[in-house]
Amino acid sequence: MAASAPAEAQTQRSTMPADPPAMPVTLKVNGKPRTLSLDPRTTLLDSLREHLHLTGTKKGCDHGQCGACTVLVNGERINSCLSLALQHDGDSITTIEGLGTPEKLHPMQAAFVRHDGYQCGYCTPGQICSAVAVLDEIKRGVPSHVQADLTAKPQASGMEMRERMSGNICRCGAYSNIADAMGEVAGADVAGAKA
Amino acid sequence: MKFTEPASANPIDRMTVVGRPHDRIDGPRKTTGTAAYAYERHAEAPNAAYGWIIGAAIAKGRIRSMNLDDARGAPGVLGIVTAAEAGKLNKGNFNTAKLLGGPEIDHYHQAVAIVIAESFEQARAAAGLVRIDYDRAKGQYDLDEALKTAPLTGGEEGKPGKEDRTGSFESAFGAAPVKLDAEYTTPDHSHAMMEPFASLAIWEGDQLTVWTSNQMIAWGRGDLAKTLGMPKEKVRLISPYVGGGFGGKLFLRTDAVMAALGAKAVGRPVKVAMQRPLMANNATHRPATTQRIRIGATKDGAIQAIAHESGSGDQPGGGPETAVNQTKLLYAGPNRLTAMRLAVLNLPEGNAMRAPGEAPGMMALEIAMDEMAEKLGMDPVAFRVKNDTQVDPEKPDRRFSQRQLVRCLEEGAQRFGWSQRNARPAQVRDGRWLVGMGVAAAFRNHMNMKSGARVTLNKDGRVVVETDMTDIGTGSYTIIAQTAAEMMGVPMDAVDVRLGDSDYPVSAGSGGQFGAANATAGVYAACVKLREAVAQRLGFNSADLNFADGQVTGGNRSVALRDAVASGPLTAEDRIEFGDLDKTWQLSTFGAHFVEVGVDAYTGVTRLRRMLAVCAAGRILNPKAARSQMIGAMTMGVGSALMEELAVDKRFGFFVNHDLAGYEVPVHADIPHQEVIFLEEADDKANPMKAKGVGELGLCGVGAAVANAVYNATGVRIRDYPLTLEKHLDRLPAIV
Repeated sequence: MAASAPAEAQTQRSTMPADPPAMPVTLKVNGKPRTLSLDPRTTLLDSLREHLHLTGTKKGCDHGQCGACTVLVNGERINSCLSLALQHDGDSITTIEGLGTPEKLHPMQAAFVRHDGYQCGYCTPGQICSAVAVLDEIKRGVPSHVQADLTAKPQASGMEMRERMSGNICRCGAYSNIADAMGEVAGADVAGAKA
Repeated sequence: MKFTEPASANPIDRMTVVGRPHDRIDGPRKTTGTAAYAYERHAEAPNAAYGWIIGAAIAKGRIRSMNLDDARGAPGVLGIVTAAEAGKLNKGNFNTAKLLGGPEIDHYHQAVAIVIAESFEQARAAAGLVRIDYDRAKGQYDLDEALKTAPLTGGEEGKPGKEDRTGSFESAFGAAPVKLDAEYTTPDHSHAMMEPFASLAIWEGDQLTVWTSNQMIAWGRGDLAKTLGMPKEKVRLISPYVGGGFGGKLFLRTDAVMAALGAKAVGRPVKVAMQRPLMANNATHRPATTQRIRIGATKDGAIQAIAHESGSGDQPGGGPETAVNQTKLLYAGPNRLTAMRLAVLNLPEGNAMRAPGEAPGMMALEIAMDEMAEKLGMDPVAFRVKNDTQVDPEKPDRRFSQRQLVRCLEEGAQRFGWSQRNARPAQVRDGRWLVGMGVAAAFRNHMNMKSGARVTLNKDGRVVVETDMTDIGTGSYTIIAQTAAEMMGVPMDAVDVRLGDSDYPVSAGSGGQFGAANATAGVYAACVKLREAVAQRLGFNSADLNFADGQVTGGNRSVALRDAVASGPLTAEDRIEFGDLDKTWQLSTFGAHFVEVGVDAYTGVTRLRRMLAVCAAGRILNPKAARSQMIGAMTMGVGSALMEELAVDKRFGFFVNHDLAGYEVPVHADIPHQEVIFLEEADDKANPMKAKGVGELGLCGVGAAVANAVYNATGVRIRDYPLTLEKHLDRLPAIV
């Protein structure tokens, strides 16, 4: 959009838009019901970060391109920047803060620490939320692009996990370590996968 | 502490904590989302207003007029700051283009305004109501065109540029029986770090505090003060967590300036995170290069003549991408020529990105070496081994402090199964895959930087380290804790590390793979002073003391470390400074990259199958964190080899693919399991830690290793990065 912005802008005065009225929404966040009155333009991501102060969920691009904002909604992972908070009235949201704490890490969080599955840490909460969901998807038999047989039960192989994790960018390049961390939690050897 | 002589034996040599693969001490916070980054400071600024940056819609020209009325009247808007409102701003020492444009515009998406509102949604909506009328001027956006008349760089201040010559390149190249003369190109690259530029600015009277995301706190503080025309003592920068930088956050950027201006204008804290689609054009990037390499050798593969010339472009007053630098040092050969040309472009500012110079330089040089080996009928490992040098080829009485490139190559070859490689390309098939192997040397210089720290031993026996060093994912927290634990003889969990605050002593900062070695050497220096203070309190006369297991031992006397602080804590501050050992000796880091790829015979798509790096980079302070630096750099190298390219719109002067959907970086599925081996080393000429850097070494050469593997798989040589499928699809081996 910005790239094609016209160089000569219009100068006439437009009608002033008013703010849309705030609307109520109740989310069950990490097990607790939270009722908010929100500008309807507020994304689920900004409702978590700016209104509930759960800043573990990160904003990397705000356009669904990087995966840093991944959270679990009713057990399934989504990019929280791509939906409005109001769409989630009554939904159960699990954020990184809901998985574990520094004193009591979730097994996936502990595996990330052990395998150094992160560097700068900014994509990490999204990676971990995705990783937890991916193992669940494989367990539930949700098919993927790299499965040779779409009707067969998917396995927690290296390539299968790498494919499913590909919506979560890590510019520090911790992928090989993240695969090891996921493999440990899934009880799988991930090193052998080839093109 | 001034480091003027090679390091003798010291407490770090015990390696009871240093050198161990300790988990990161910041890991539990990062993995639970409780590490708070710059934009996430609700506790410090509960009433922060939201800023939205507007970027220029032209690459060069002037703002004729700005209509801010609608935006100012929009709901929730607290203020708008443009160049007109901001008044006189200076340009930071490290900035080439100014950080707030208007009325003159220097590049596309240069910031021209910040809109501040009560909420993020209101700021964004109001920004859409700002109307700007531009006069677009003609600019130069075509590197090839501009290089035709671009001058040489490298002259003294104000003098014409020059070529660097040793011996007589032309006559030796002319006489060489085997020679290569080839041109290579690398495109513009974007750092694309995951955390956008972000700052929260808080004014208390004339005192400015900025929570920000910055690699070099002292540089940022100085340049923010300079830009705003205020004393730097009145500016505090705090950056405890940095969500990736890769050189993009080395310098003051517009988010900090705009947050500060905005907060002043509206009289309350303002936070701003740059919108992702602005980042590629607003900020700096790694400039594209066009490189010509000529190598002449004897029939048995001894290089007689080597020339590397590179051209790149930048904003007026900018600098070149120093892509020829490694060629001065990497291989032997009596007749040498290096030169760079710098064109003036009106694209966004070019500047440092991870391994500036060597990253694109090695991408070209190490393909050239592969091509030359093939012309000679030599194995590419053997060709590199034959042309190893233990001295600076331009100044042969200057030796490398340590150089185990040959061992890296030979051990890597052995471990990778290099002997299985078919030297004839396009011979190996695995189903639909054309399979190839490639090798490249890795090379990056080590740099000395002054670095300070303050270390306190508290009454409870805990050690606190304070330094403005940053941890940008590099592991600074952990290796600094390891250093202090080793020096003071306490366990890791008795050390608290506080980083990234301009109230702390100035450190090396994070960049140029100089952070780890220099920052820990600064902590070492402060710990030496603290040990002296402890010894004095405890009444030891001898300097030969052992600090271990919470005890201080000298002669036959052993006292608990905590006894030294029974009467109160002890604090010591020092910094590491350097003499001229880095002039007497060439300090560099080395490695060898081995890569196996599969190229789809039908589609031309390249997939990585295996990657191995063997490195020799001085003492490795934490093999786990260092390995992560390597694999991360190797991943970035795969990006530069196969996909990364900022596409230039040469009509309007901007990078077209300016977000994470258009600028493709490697994702999980692109990266196979990666192996890294560190040779055991300790470089006593570098610093008391005997360590050098690894953070950029992993990127240097790996792109060429991928390119060489693709060639080995297909028989089609591509010299223009990235190696996207359309560049070889029509020349791939016949399918049937």
